[in-house]
Amino acid sequence: MCSGLRYDFITTANLISMLDYLFSFDPGLIGYLVFLIVSVAIYGIFSLGLNLQWGYTGLINFGHVAFMTVGAYTTSLLTLSGTPIFIAVMIGAFLAAFLGLLMGFSTLRLREDYLSIVTIGVSELVRLFALNEDWLTKGAFGVQDFPLPLSQFRPTVGTRIGMIAIVAPIFGFIIWKLAQQLIQRFRKRQTVGAIFSVILILLTVRLLTVTAIALYDYSSNQARNGLLFLSLITVAIVYWALERLVHSPWGRVLKAIREDEQVAIALGKNVFLYKLQSLMLGGFIAGIAGAFFAWQLSTVYPTNFEPIVTFQAWIIMILGGAGNNAGTLLGAGIYWAYTAFTRDLERILPLGADQIGAMRIMLIGLILMVLMLFRPQGILGNKDELTLGK
Amino acid sequence: MQTSAVLSATGLVKSFGGIKAVSEASIEVAPGSITGLIGPNGAGKTTLFNLLSNFIHPDDGKVFFDGESIESLQPHEIAQRGMIRTFQVARVLSRLSVMDNMLLAAQRQTGENFLNTWLFSKRIRQEERENRDRAIEILQSVGLAAKANDYAGALSGGQRKLLEIARALMTRPKLVLLDEPAAGVNPTLINQICEYIQYWNRQGLTFLIIEHNMDVIMSLCDRVWVLAEGTNLADGSPAEIQSNPKVLEAYLGQ
Repeated sequence: MCSGLRYDFITTANLISMLDYLFSFDPGLIGYLVFLIVSVAIYGIFSLGLNLQWGYTGLINFGHVAFMTVGAYTTSLLTLSGTPIFIAVMIGAFLAAFLGLLMGFSTLRLREDYLSIVTIGVSELVRLFALNEDWLTKGAFGVQDFPLPLSQFRPTVGTRIGMIAIVAPIFGFIIWKLAQQLIQRFRKRQTVGAIFSVILILLTVRLLTVTAIALYDYSSNQARNGLLFLSLITVAIVYWALERLVHSPWGRVLKAIREDEQVAIALGKNVFLYKLQSLMLGGFIAGIAGAFFAWQLSTVYPTNFEPIVTFQAWIIMILGGAGNNAGTLLGAGIYWAYTAFTRDLERILPLGADQIGAMRIMLIGLILMVLMLFRPQGILGNKDELTLGK
Repeated sequence: MQTSAVLSATGLVKSFGGIKAVSEASIEVAPGSITGLIGPNGAGKTTLFNLLSNFIHPDDGKVFFDGESIESLQPHEIAQRGMIRTFQVARVLSRLSVMDNMLLAAQRQTGENFLNTWLFSKRIRQEERENRDRAIEILQSVGLAAKANDYAGALSGGQRKLLEIARALMTRPKLVLLDEPAAGVNPTLINQICEYIQYWNRQGLTFLIIEHNMDVIMSLCDRVWVLAEGTNLADGSPAEIQSNPKVLEAYLGQ
């Protein structure tokens, strides 16, 4: 899970100090931070899809990466054969939704645990298909040299400032939301929560400056900066659309199914159809995330889609609070901040790279356990809900 | 086998493994009535409810609701046609507010269709407002209006029973099947529930009620059906049932 992060620049910059992360304008560091922002956006989109399925509908999907695989391969292969990028992404997302339809039809009428078993099986099936059907997916050789979005784009100064103006409100929204939390926490005299909010606000401001610098200096790496711009806009759109959906009567039926399926049936709701829609829409969103994942990797191998990716999304969702879209995005941020800060462990600890890799996974397990003990509802989850009887 | 009854069932049979939970049971509910269904523990009353609402499919027998056989209908389709059931142990949606529990029950909501969410937001807002007003009205009538914004999971057992009945009413049903509305509820609240049921009955709603509390049955019901060991023992007016030796024997054992 860590190999993709090992940028060459790890040897050139001294990252032990957190201050570097916060204040340095070293181009290497900017590049790495942009990589982190894009990762947060991609995993955020990916986990939002899972959150719709599990957090809102209660569907246990252990094969979420299958949707991402379909999205990534469809987009990369279609654009390679000349399909316009936007159309390729849409086809990929619809194919991912279609996969959800197949999974749903075979399992959603059964007891809920069947879905979890079938989904994990399907995700491995899809990956092994990608590995073995060379004629279509190029197998272990991987899909290479497919076009990346906005990589030929040469924006003028005005356009670049316009792009910054478009993404700035996204960060502004995050800061505003966090400030609300901050005020609320201070009123309740929760020092830890308040300090946490201040740190997050400072980090968001930092990331905004990084984004602005990267976009203004667009030509420094067109593919990377284009991906930054697109992924930020996409995560904002997906978040907005999902918020609107889960607060609609449609979303209310999903939550009712999560709470007690029998009640939803007794009140005349076609539970099967709603579960199917939730699974498919979550798959559609993960399919879009898959396209971005492919662009970030720039070469797509079957090994990028191991089951661990699914469980990263589960970690992200549980960290932030299942059934909470903002929490899921915060979870993605925390997960990648964790990844960034722990990758320099080998400078502190006398351990080999393999041991460090294993230790980082152990540490996140420990963090999850501590979280479950002290804040089982997740960071943004609502504690009151835990005290309720069934 | 069509009668004037709003709900009629004949020859219902259901076995679980070797146990015959219901065998050759029949029931009829006249429109506008409050019909009672009683019987000793294990008589198959709740199973009969599940058969009537197709939550469980019968091995044999027919159920007609509103003159239409329900055999091929899904449980949610039966609910959409106006037969709403409640559960023996009140089932509320804990992590939803009391208001959301009520709003969920409204039928034919434009906003429950995924595409409509994007196309008709104005109409959906309008419907939500109307449903909210109606929900508050019903909640007021059962004394839960003050709790509208609380989590349903925070309600007491008796309040959950009330919410479940209120939620059933929110669907604008023709027939409500109540499974032990008075179980685990304090005597004052039982009287209240009875008054509500009579009030709604006068508004034109038909009820079929399972209940162990004989006072409730005797004071509410127009007609009572007695079930014992999965089959019909007797039916008639409350007074007839009370003096029926077979019924007394089934309840008291010899």
